[in-house]
Parts: sequence; C-alpha cells; structure tokens
Amino acid sequence: MSTRLATGGRLIDRSKPVSFSFNGKKLKGVAGDTLSSALLANDQMLMGRSFKYHRPRSVVTSDGSEPNALFNLGREGTFEPNARGTVTELFDGLEAESQNHFPSLEFDVGAINTKLSRFLPAGFYYKMFIHPRPFWKHIYEPFIRKSAGLGKAPKARDVDTYEHFYAFCDLLIVGGGIAGLEAALEAGAAGLDVVLFEQTAHWGGRAPVDGAVIDGKQADAWVADALTQLDAMPNVKCRARTMGAGVYDHGYAIGYERLSDHAPGEDGPRHRLWRIRAKHIVTATGSIERPLSFAGNDVPGVVLASAARDYVVNWGVSLGDRTVVVTNNDDAYRTAIALKEAGLNVPVIIDARAGGGGSLAERAVAMGIRVENGKGIAKVKGGKRVTGVEICAQAGEGAALEEIACDVVAMSGGWSPVVHLWSHCGGKLSWDETHAMFKPDPVRGPIGADGKAFVTTAGAASGAMGTGDVLADAQAQAALAVKAVGGKPKTAKAAVVEEAEAAAMEPVWMMPQGASYKLRSKAWLDFQNDVKVSDVQLAAQEGFESVEHAKRYTTLGMATDQGKLSNINGLAVLAKELGTDIPSVGTTTFRPPYTPISMGAIAGEARGDIFQPLRKTPMHGWHDENGAHWEPVGHWRRPYCFLRDEESVEEAVNREVKNTRQALGLLDASTLGKVIVTGPDAGKFLDMMYTNMMSNLKVGRCRYGLMCSENGFLSDDGVVARIDEDTWLCHTTTGGADRIHGHMEEWLQTEWWDWKVYTANVTEQYAQVAVVGPNARKVLEKLGGMDVSAETLPFMAWADGTIGGFDCRAYRISFSGELSYEIAVPAAQGRAFWDALLEAGAEFGVMPYGTEALHIMRAEKGFIMIGDETDGTVIPQDLGLNWAISKKKEDFLGKRAQERMHMVSEDRWKLVGLETLDGSVIPDGAYAVGEGVNANGQRNMQGRVTSTYYSPTLDRGIAMGLIHKGPDRMGETVTFPKVDGGEVKAKIVSPIFYDPEGEKQNV
Amino acid sequence: MLILHCPCCNEDKDETELAPGGEAHLKRFGPGSSDEDFEGYLFGRENPKGVHFERWRCASGCGKWFHAARCTATNEVFGTYSAQVTEPPKKLRDVITEKRPGWRWRDLS
Repeated sequence: MSTRLATGGRLIDRSKPVSFSFNGKKLKGVAGDTLSSALLANDQMLMGRSFKYHRPRSVVTSDGSEPNALFNLGREGTFEPNARGTVTELFDGLEAESQNHFPSLEFDVGAINTKLSRFLPAGFYYKMFIHPRPFWKHIYEPFIRKSAGLGKAPKARDVDTYEHFYAFCDLLIVGGGIAGLEAALEAGAAGLDVVLFEQTAHWGGRAPVDGAVIDGKQADAWVADALTQLDAMPNVKCRARTMGAGVYDHGYAIGYERLSDHAPGEDGPRHRLWRIRAKHIVTATGSIERPLSFAGNDVPGVVLASAARDYVVNWGVSLGDRTVVVTNNDDAYRTAIALKEAGLNVPVIIDARAGGGGSLAERAVAMGIRVENGKGIAKVKGGKRVTGVEICAQAGEGAALEEIACDVVAMSGGWSPVVHLWSHCGGKLSWDETHAMFKPDPVRGPIGADGKAFVTTAGAASGAMGTGDVLADAQAQAALAVKAVGGKPKTAKAAVVEEAEAAAMEPVWMMPQGASYKLRSKAWLDFQNDVKVSDVQLAAQEGFESVEHAKRYTTLGMATDQGKLSNINGLAVLAKELGTDIPSVGTTTFRPPYTPISMGAIAGEARGDIFQPLRKTPMHGWHDENGAHWEPVGHWRRPYCFLRDEESVEEAVNREVKNTRQALGLLDASTLGKVIVTGPDAGKFLDMMYTNMMSNLKVGRCRYGLMCSENGFLSDDGVVARIDEDTWLCHTTTGGADRIHGHMEEWLQTEWWDWKVYTANVTEQYAQVAVVGPNARKVLEKLGGMDVSAETLPFMAWADGTIGGFDCRAYRISFSGELSYEIAVPAAQGRAFWDALLEAGAEFGVMPYGTEALHIMRAEKGFIMIGDETDGTVIPQDLGLNWAISKKKEDFLGKRAQERMHMVSEDRWKLVGLETLDGSVIPDGAYAVGEGVNANGQRNMQGRVTSTYYSPTLDRGIAMGLIHKGPDRMGETVTFPKVDGGEVKAKIVSPIFYDPEGEKQNV
Repeated sequence: MLILHCPCCNEDKDETELAPGGEAHLKRFGPGSSDEDFEGYLFGRENPKGVHFERWRCASGCGKWFHAARCTATNEVFGTYSAQVTEPPKKLRDVITEKRPGWRWRDLS
C-alpha cells in the first residue's frame, strides 16, 4: 500500500493538517501536499480510468506532464474538469472527483472495453462507423458522445475573476530550476530587465531532489542563496506558479500565473495571463523522463523513476514497500538509492544495458541492492495494483526468467529536453544519438524581427545532462542572451559541482526488444488516450507513414497532456516499423500552450458587461426607461421597438408603423454614420467613391448615393449633402461608418495621395432625430424657429437654423415614404431635443419607433437595406438602381468590374417585390425553386427572399427578393418551400408596395 | 504577433494595433482596361516564400497606411516605408539584397 513515511518530505509541513474530499470521502493531507501526494498518502492509488478502455489508472508522474491523474475539482461556480492532481496544490476543503467511470471508480462498466481491445484497434472509429450512413447521426454518434470524454463541462457561471497583464522586458527566462536561476543571476548582474517564471510553487527544479551539491552547498541552500540575490535586484522579477505557456513571433510570449488555485477565496483574480514582449527569451525548461514500453506499463503502481523519488523526497510518501526499478540509464539508480535510504525495499534494479551503469550503480550495489544487467520486464502482474513483474532478457522475446513480487515499478527510458517553447515559433531540433533525444539546434532558432534568433535554451532544455553541464550551459547561454539584447555579460566563475560518473544510456524503445504481439498490445505509449505499441505499428502498416497522419489515426499525443510522455517513444516505434531512423520520421508540431490553461485566463476581464465596449446614443437613457427592446447593431444598441404595457413585440412594431404613417413618429437616427469630406478635390474624390455624380450636387441639396467595392459589389449607401463649395457630408449605414471612413482614407492615402481631400468621421458629434409622418411639419412649426415649409425646405434639401431654440441642421430626406425631416443637433443636446419633440408632439400623436418599424416602412416603399438586399455578391444593377449609376462619369470604384461579362449578363437574379397569394409572410431566407435538378441532384433554384415582413399598413405579407430575370417576369407566380414541408406561392410584383408615386414624402 | 514600425507615428506597433492590407504596389486598372489586366489587378497576387511587400494600416494608432517589407518564411522585417510611393525605396532594396542575395519580387530584385 502507499502511505506517508514517518519522516522526510522537503516540501511538506506535517504540523499543518489539511482536510479534503475525494469522491465524497473525507481525507487528510498536510500543507505542501499536492492532491496526488495526499491521495497516495491515504493509500488511494486508483485515481481515474483511461479514455478508451477505461483501464484503472494512477499517477505516472509527479509533475505537469501527468497523463492519468485527472480530476473534477470544486463544484458549481468553481467547478473545473481535467485538473492534474500532480500540480494541484492541496488546500483545506478541496473537493475532487475522479473522471471517466460509470457507475464508480472501483467498478466501471466501460472497463469491458479493455477485454474487447482486440476489436478496438487504431482507427476503429473511422473504420467501424462509416456505414450505414444514417446510423452515424442517430446511433453511433450519440453513443460515442456518451461514452467518450474525460471531465464534464462546467454548467454554472465561473465565480472567479481573471485578468490580462501586459509586460515588457529585455529577457524573459522560463523555468526556475538551477539553469533558470543561474541565467537570471547572470542577466540580472548585467543590469538587464529580467522576468523569471517558474511553473510550480517551488524553485530549484530537480536539483534538490537529485541531491546535487553546487559550490560545496546542498542544492536547496544554493537555490535559497540565488533567490536572495535575485530578490535584491530591482531589475529582476521572479514569479512562481507561473508557466511560460507559449512563444510567438517577434518575442511575444504568454505566461499563465495561477494566483489563488492553492488558496481559494483570496482577493484578486484567480489566474493572470501575462502578455509579454521580450527582446529575448531564455527557455530553461528542463527535461521530461520517458516511460519504457513493456507489457502492463499502465498498471497503477508503475511510475516514472523520477516520480517515485519525488514522492519520497518531496512529500514523504511511499508508493509501496517493494519497488522494482527498471532503466536504460544511470539516473534511475538515484531512485533506488533514495528509496533504500528512506528504509524501503528495492528487490532489484533491472538495467536493460548489458554493460550496466556507472558509479551510481556501484553505490547501489554497495548498499546491497541486487542489480540485473541486460534484463527487462516481460510483463507487469496485477490489475488495479502492481503485484509483481516477470523478468526476461532484454535481447529476447519475453520468456520469463523469474517472477519478482513488488507493488511499485519505477521506470526510466531516458530524458527528453522540453523543447516546446523553443519549437512554438519555428526553432528547429536535431537528433542527439548519444542521449537518444531531440534537442534544440542552436543555429536554427526562432527568428525575430531583426532576422536573428530570439530564443536561447539553457541547461537540460539544451540537452545538458549532469548538474555541472547544466550550470555551465546556463551560464554560457545567458551570456549569449545578454549580448543579444546589447548588454555586457559579467564573467562569473564557473560553478564547482561534485558529480557521479555516469555510464552512457542506451535507447530502449521496446522491452524486451523482440516482444511478441501479445506483449506489444499491452505496452502503452499514450496512457491517457490508450495508444499502445501495436496501434502505432498497425497505423504504419496501413500506410499512415507521416508522423502527423499516424498521430491523428491513432490519437497518439492528442490527449490533454499532448504527448509529453509518449512523443519520442511513439516516434521510435513508428521509425522502426517504417525501417527508418527517428530523425527521418521527425516530430509532430509543438503548439502552445505548453500545458492547458484556463478559458477564464484567455478571456481575462472581457466578460459580462465589459465583454465589448457598448456605443450609446445621447438618447439611450430615455429608450432604456421607456421599454426599449434592444437590438445590437454593430457596437451600438438600438431599440428594436418600444414595448408598452402588456403588448408583444409584434404588436408594438405594428403600432409604431401605423402611428408613424397616420400621425407622427420619432426615430433616434444618431447611429447613422456621418463622414465629412472636404478640400479642393473633394468633388472629384466623391465622384470616384460613389456610383453617381456628387460633384454637381448643389450646395443646400441632398442626393442618395451608392458605394461599390472595386469588385463592383454594392457596399454601402446613404444620403450625401453638399455643405459648401468644398465640403460634403456623407451619411453611411449605422454599421458602416468606421468601415466607409477607412475605405475613403485607404484610397486617399494609397492611390490618390496627391489629391487635396480631408475626411473626418463625425458620427458621434451629432444626435440625429427623424421626425416622420403627416404631422412632422406641424410639430416643428410648433417648436418654432427656421422655416420648414415645402417652399423653403423642399424634399431632398437641407438647411441650418434653429428649432425650439436648438441649433440644428434639418435634412428633408425620407426612408419611410412619409413627410420626414432628419434633424441633427450637437450630441450634448440630443436628449434635450428629443424631450422637446416628445412634449411638443404630444398633441399630434407623437410616438417613438424602433428599427423594426423602420425596416418595415422602408420595405413597404421598396427601399433596399445594405445587408438584406446585398450580401457582397450583389451589384446595384441587380437592385434596379441603374438610375443612381452615372453614365457620364469615365470612372468610379466598381465601374470596370460591373462591365464584366457575368455582371452584364441577362441571366442575373434581380430585385422584385413578392406578394403572397394567400397574404401570408414568406419565411426569412426562403429560396424560390425552379424546374429540374442540378448536377448534385438538388432542385434548381431561381431566386431567394431578401426581406420579408408583415405589413401593418397593407395587412398582408410583403417581401422583396432576387429572382432570375425578375423584372421581366411581372405577374408570374414563384414557389417558396418552407421548412415545415409546406410551400408558399408568391406573385412577382413591383418592390414598391406603398405610395409608388412618392406623393406622401414630397409634400 | 509581429511588431512593425509605423513610419508616421515613428513608433514600434504591436500587430494588434495594426490592420493588414494585402500586397503592396498594385497598379490600378479601371474602365477601358483589358479583362486580363483587370483580373490581374483584382485577383492576381504574389505568394512568395521569402521577401514580400505588404500594406499595413496603423489602425489603432495614427490611422495611416504604410508599407512593410517582410520575409514570409521567417517573419524577419527588412523595413517599413511610406505608402505614398509606387515602389520600395532603393535604400531598403539594398538592405534586402544584403540579407537575401538574389531575391526577386515581381520585376524587382
């Protein structure tokens, strides 16, 4: 059984007990524990079930690379799935649940899959569920969805807060082991602005566990000294619990700081996302131990040798009384020695190397530990716990020589440098034959803006192995990094390190090397996704030769741990199967983040009310207090309608339309874009921007204009007013103001930069109110001021003046077909003007209306709406707007494009009105079906609806649509199928349903 | 996440402050041009691995357009320059030649 030892544990404080629960059971740990170490101290070895076969699983590691020990943490607003127990710091009241089992962790129905594993090989899902086709949607997918998936998605709103933090520095150092600390000391002494990240709560990395002695000091003391020195440097910032998550172009990096995961309830954000611009980055990210591939290497109790050592040294936790160590390198001997020193039993060290180990091996033997060279594990015995191992010759096929009882197997297949951050932005790797590992190739680093590499690796991340090499490399690389940012490295004295002579490691990709299929099909590569040696071999046999294909076919390395343990072992198996070497197979792509980061950290503060800035008109407050049913339009909020009493939205819209047509409506039109274009060449410029002529517009007059892209398609529309000889005011659509202003500036700056034209987006400088309806003039005359008579201010004219004491500009323009004035006042007076209109309008039946009434009224008049009648593929000619396209002008944006063969074809879909035969409303977006079928066997289409409404004015459904040769087919009937299987027939008519002569607006 | 120098602000700008505008130095073909010329102007674009000239706008800054010369393979930036020119300045082309001998882009080299 696993248990807490009586002594030991450098990271724990036994005087501070901590209570937590696991699957509802109350357990005790101590301060400094991780969830995993505390569970092990309570003999809770079983921690979860694997993804595919639901195999019982426990920890494999003691750190962030953990694939198995995943938990649901917290509940409701603090619920979080897939938390790794190995990096979850224990706190009082922590609640954890295991994942991926039903009905319980101990007894899981899905575990039957492991018995069926012969029938669930790589690519099983692809092969099995293809036929018959309809089965996928109705049978296979629902079933797979139910059985797949590890953690549950949170359902409640996250109660924690998160933030983004922007930082700039000369040097970002990722990794707070001895290499990172050494690099920070060097760079700090050189006076650079340094940020140093350590992903765990503890500094020093593996050196203290490994018993390194530096400059005559124990590693713990050396680390403490280094931190004291760094703390004294104001130019160095050290952050523990902060992971360097990703490296991007030009020195951009992401850090993930976990501020209160270990102490929930503290003030401030839970996570902080550091967004850093560093002139140079040093990755001192260490290395990760590799598992060995032998049968049963996933049974709970089989762990990495470094992890077995960590649990004893760091947390005073023994995984079991009898530990068999199996290795291909010297480092695992440290585990045997550490366990032995802790009073635990190590029955045997199985060393796959025929020649055995170096001086550490001698020490182990001297301590009385049996060492078997040239041997391997044929298979691990046990189900939910290791009960023993069968030893075999590594060179053979797995015939058992001897069975040894044990409850832990500590394995080591060598070490791989953590090259992730180096690789994120294009750093290349080279294969190191001696240590059988990919390591950064220093001459092919990620390139920065200046064409020079901006990432340097230090220590084990460079491939350095012993403590002395690690420190020497860190010192040398730090000096290079300091130079890279223009600093002067101080020449520090090289550290003196006492070190054991190590014998060379020997790569072992399969144990034993000639293992039978039966053994290979129980030798795990990817623990979380249940990918075995036999699966990768099958993928290769089936032709998935590219490493990226094999990965996706088998799901090797696609779990939440992204193949940290499985990557190299999988590549080696693939290479052997393909008869090539590992470097020719290459690696899959390393992508950020290094380990998963929270969605909350990515969102930062951008949630709820401050998800996105909201634009409000000066009258927004009034709308809000008077029943506005809001609609988002770009970043604006506009009232869709104003709800009164108990009425429905539909009733409110109909009331607003009728009242505007019969009495008086007010529309807050402030959101309409307003761009001033001025200068000696402004007229020439606007003639290029608009399809119609704007240079000959008279001062004091307005003209409706269309803007097209250079590709000919209609992009925006609006009324243009000529203010003076050199100045025009261009109205744009609500959503188009910034875009159109940008579009004008683009052409002015990049094509016609010698034209004397200036533009300004003045949208928010004015509040604009549309005063609409038969009583519009009466209310303005009552307020008094400027002459708004038809004679002085005729249709499509504008004038400056005052109304009711407000300085204003009044435009006689109409988007409703009624007598209409759009009146602009300075934004600050918008609300007061609105209130004055409401008060004065009371006797004329004034009623504000929203965007839906606006839409209906414009549709009744056959006016197009950008975004409804246009979708980026529609030219003005399609919409019957030829009258607004100048024939005199030699050039305007879109003119050449509109001359193309397809644009002038007779076969285009063109705008018409659609009148349903039964008076109903055609569904939004409906298509008109034609005769026959197309090449795909689908019914041919002959048009589609672009706008469709119930018209309260006409008491029937009206619609506009683009119909094949529509205007030539007046009176014909077309059919629109509905989603419910029925259909609606409509007659092709003129799109102008209301007041076709325009008598009402021009009075 | 590139950093480009805005020649108008005379400041280094983060990519989040900029808006890309595609290939630089397009020659506009309007009414009267052949279908081939117009198609080339509207749709024909270089797709180089290596030296490229692009338009960028300092969208969250001064609002001005500028040009950038960049290596598409490594993101090395050779320089930025005014939008009001029809080809990259000689000085910049010399810098590129020094760093990428034998480079070609359209008919420039």
